[in-house]
Amino acid sequence: MIEGKALISGVGISDCGRRLGRDPWSLTAQAALAAIADAGLTPADIDGVSTYPGALASTPGMSGAGADDMRSLLGLNLRWYNGASELPGQLGAIVTAMAAIGAGLANHVLCFRTVWESSAQTQIGSRSETMRSGVQRERSQWIDPIGASHSTYGGLTMQRYMYESGTTREQIGQIAVVARTNAALNPAAVYRDPMSLDDYLASRMISDPLCLYDCDVPMDGSVAFIVSRADLVNDAKRAISIAAIGSAPGFDQSAAMMWSRTDLKPADVDMAQLYDGFSVLTLRWMEALGLCPRNEGGRFIEGGHRIARDGELPLNTNGGQLSGGRMHGFGALHEACVQMRGDAGERQVPKRPQVTAVSSGAEAFTSCLLLTL
Amino acid sequence: MSDMQRVAPPLTTRTADFWRSGADGVLRIAHCRACGLYMHPPQPLCRRCHSFDVGFDPVSGRGMVYSFTINRYQWKPGMPPPYVIADVELAEQAGLFVQTNIVGVAVEDVAIGMAVKVEFEQAGDAFIPVFRP
Ligand SMILES: [Zn+2]
Repeated sequence: MIEGKALISGVGISDCGRRLGRDPWSLTAQAALAAIADAGLTPADIDGVSTYPGALASTPGMSGAGADDMRSLLGLNLRWYNGASELPGQLGAIVTAMAAIGAGLANHVLCFRTVWESSAQTQIGSRSETMRSGVQRERSQWIDPIGASHSTYGGLTMQRYMYESGTTREQIGQIAVVARTNAALNPAAVYRDPMSLDDYLASRMISDPLCLYDCDVPMDGSVAFIVSRADLVNDAKRAISIAAIGSAPGFDQSAAMMWSRTDLKPADVDMAQLYDGFSVLTLRWMEALGLCPRNEGGRFIEGGHRIARDGELPLNTNGGQLSGGRMHGFGALHEACVQMRGDAGERQVPKRPQVTAVSSGAEAFTSCLLLTL
Repeated sequence: MSDMQRVAPPLTTRTADFWRSGADGVLRIAHCRACGLYMHPPQPLCRRCHSFDVGFDPVSGRGMVYSFTINRYQWKPGMPPPYVIADVELAEQAGLFVQTNIVGVAVEDVAIGMAVKVEFEQAGDAFIPVFRP
């Protein structure tokens, strides 16, 4: 098992926000240098780089820097690198780094995700255009003739989930409302103004039953981690262990794989940072991970008390992607590390988490990590 | 939705026969002639038995709405909202989905489980399968 061989030794985040107008290489370097310093290392110690989605496969805004960009930006002497979009979820870049360390290819891997969609949309056009690339042309033939968009998947999966589970919009809305409440305590979050359940219910439909506040918000920013060989970590007390990896495609498959690689159980999880590109995806992850019974997600989060910052299962405590901003799973992992270290300041959950479930992606593009101290 | 000006799909070697199929009003789906599995989107070999004997064969064109969403935004100049995008599960095989539009019904009257039948709307050289209750 590679899980015991690699730890998260450092975390870093750049300035984040709407339309920063900053060079994404600058944001990436800011996050990377912060993570390297946090790990007690210097750039000379970094011998691996891993990122999603890499520079080649992507369109403006989706990728702020590639693996090789970082090599030359920081003058790294690499033994191994990876920048790819076909991975087990966005956090697949972390999984891959762990695998490289486990295989002896690298000692300290810089992992990062940089987005500047918010600025790119101003410069280039709408979200749907910035998300489209030549690589996706083969796929676009199934989307364009029927007038589908990025939100179509959100609408379809939410509709089907509500039909199968009997979940209501009032229940699903708690994902967005709790995220907004949490974002108020996060100075880096995009949306911090209070939002009530009534505000959620009254917001405009994007693709029924998917409303505006079910959709995450683009931003500019970069998040970086250092994944290090366990015996080379400088400050073991600040390192975060990855107790188990789930890298199989599919919510259920990914979750089942993760639980098969640890003795810990869903009941041991005391905090969750789960993918919320659309709010319903968080519920699907909660159920897949066994954090609530199947089809009971809506009733579990009803009223929002259980998933509040001071509830039994604090969820997306930085505001998630819905209110915090879209960092594609890397934001969730960053928040998990910060909370587990007890460094979350005003938004620190009252009982410092010992076991955290983190997930990224949806459908056949998924990964999840179980973090321990 | 006959007033829709649809974006024509690129006719690739993998999919041209699917897009042209509707010229005679018949929906054809990639079909493994060795084991009988239908596959959509099409692929050149069978996912189940790995036979390369896969071709586009006629199906009934009947199916059921598995899920749907009412699109509220104008993503394409020729497609004014609202309109319904749905996953239709074809009658031939459980789990055989076509992502499509539901036409000929008010958007608020579409429901999961609704029985629908295929028809086609032309875009360039392609015939886009859409479904009607
Ligand atoms: Zn076959």
